[in-house]
Amino acid sequence: MTHAFSIRPTKAKTVQTTAFWIMRGMTYTIVVLATLIFGTIFWKGGSTVFQTSYPFVNTSFILDRPETLHVATSEGKKLQMGDKEWRAYGEKNPDAVIEDHKTYVYSAGGIFPCIVGTVLLVLGSMTIALILGVMSAVYLSEYSKHGLFIEWVRISIANLAGVPSIVFGLFGYGIFVIFFGWNVSLLSGWFTLAFMVLPVIITSSEEAMRAVPQGFREGSLALGATKWQTIVGNVLPYALPGILTSSVLSISRVAGETAPIMFTAAYVVRDELPWEVNKFSDFFFQGVQALPYHIYVVSSKIPQNEYTARVQWGGAFVFLVVVLAIAMTSMVLRSKMRKKYRW
Amino acid sequence: MSITLEKSANQTKKEAAMSTSSLINPSMESMMSETKPKPIIEIDNVDFYYGASKALHGISLNIEPKKVTAFIGPSGCGKSTLLRCINRMNDLVDVARVGAGQFRISGVDIYHPSVDVIELRKRVGMVFQKSNPFPKSIYENIVYGLRIQGVSDKKVLDEVVEKSLRGAALWEEVKDRLHDSALGLSGGQMQRICIARAIAVEPEIILMDEPCSALDPIATAKVEELIHELKNKFTIVIVTHNMQQAGRCSDQTAFFYLGKLIEMDNTEKIFTNPKQQQTEDYITGRFG
Repeated sequence: MTHAFSIRPTKAKTVQTTAFWIMRGMTYTIVVLATLIFGTIFWKGGSTVFQTSYPFVNTSFILDRPETLHVATSEGKKLQMGDKEWRAYGEKNPDAVIEDHKTYVYSAGGIFPCIVGTVLLVLGSMTIALILGVMSAVYLSEYSKHGLFIEWVRISIANLAGVPSIVFGLFGYGIFVIFFGWNVSLLSGWFTLAFMVLPVIITSSEEAMRAVPQGFREGSLALGATKWQTIVGNVLPYALPGILTSSVLSISRVAGETAPIMFTAAYVVRDELPWEVNKFSDFFFQGVQALPYHIYVVSSKIPQNEYTARVQWGGAFVFLVVVLAIAMTSMVLRSKMRKKYRW
Repeated sequence: MSITLEKSANQTKKEAAMSTSSLINPSMESMMSETKPKPIIEIDNVDFYYGASKALHGISLNIEPKKVTAFIGPSGCGKSTLLRCINRMNDLVDVARVGAGQFRISGVDIYHPSVDVIELRKRVGMVFQKSNPFPKSIYENIVYGLRIQGVSDKKVLDEVVEKSLRGAALWEEVKDRLHDSALGLSGGQMQRICIARAIAVEPEIILMDEPCSALDPIATAKVEELIHELKNKFTIVIVTHNMQQAGRCSDQTAFFYLGKLIEMDNTEKIFTNPKQQQTEDYITGRFG
């Protein structure tokens, strides 16, 4: 039955349908790609991190330090063990005939020092970045007057955001490691990473503060509050959820970047854990192992073979979980604050 | 704190006595007449600029204590700008400045460099067009002004909360949920919370910038009733779009047009027998 409004094909409709399907296809492609990447890491890394028997998690991989893997044949039996175990085996069987002895660096043991190092780097650098960033943002959004100087400040911040991370690494190396003489240390790494994410933190904190209705400021000032009391009591608390949102992004960046820490904070391998220091101040001046740098080292700086793959994928998997955990913590914090201050 | 409270109570009594004496000698003369009580706010030939554009042209007017003064006029006529000069809220706008003239409160030039704007705003409270209770509990909203002054004695704060909420005719409605968020209240209640918050710090003057423009008629009636009661204790300056409102609740009315004060007189006179043609046109709804 045809009538005045019956459906008939037109060119406009064909174009719309085609465009719609292209866009839908693109969107789905992204989902597929993300699934592929995460799926591969979870699948391959999962086989290192998890095991079929109790306690189902490979605690040695999570809680041990990296070791050299020894592979050998002894009386027709294939031996494959970490360094400590290998030494113990040698003492127990001094007469054992060892053939085909090969060693593979970092391929046994675990990545505990790297996890600890990454967490320390994230906590320290985010603390510095948030303190510096929020203070600058308060100044820019609440105190500064529009003018040429502030324009310059803003342009500088924007430019800072575009600096490649390796340049931050070199900058940190020049300033903190050499000029300040902090050497390769947590402190150097903290400041280098903090400076790297500072532009993002400043910009988004400023936006979060601008999003706080002007009425709250006016209401507070009209009651005889100083500007500072107004900011501390009636602007910052409401802006904090927004500031935390931006810090979630920065956390993944700080945790993930390799270039800024490779000259400033990261060691390829270190026997002591960060808390095994002689005196408290040494804590800040020690280098640490870090997950991204460890993954970089085991993937490209040592000879590749079937034994290194285990550490690479396992490291990547744990890395994702660590970043996710830190990000989730700050997201929970944010939603709690949102509930407290809702307008 | 209790000492200051007592002192201000004494002050209030004295001022109340003053205002009764002014009621005994009602004067039908113009504002500038000498038989009037000494004005609390004197605005003297003020020019005001936003950047290069002149928003107020040579405004002069006096506001009497314990009276309600209404500023009326079409949008953009400068009435809110003038109001926000009285507690220097315009300081927040980078490009805003007073170009000429003086604002005096109790004889003090409030734009003089020696004036502490914090002290000024403690004595000149403000209620805004869009009610802006803080996203905190009702209780914390009311005590905010005291807390920033460093008062932390729970007994004093409790007292002030009850007194202020009663003063804003809100106590009976909210006394059981003082610790709930103020944002859960109705629009009219929120605006009265803002009024209670303002009177909690015991100012002398309360500025109201279209306090009822977002309220329904019933809430508006409640706020107007409240204004009527508040004038026993405070000097009130109210900006309003609503001419009936100006007629209902003010003693004096000033009519502004294009940044100029066209006419100011007793409200009754402005509404029944204005001197200027423009005022009459606006009041009868011929423009604006």
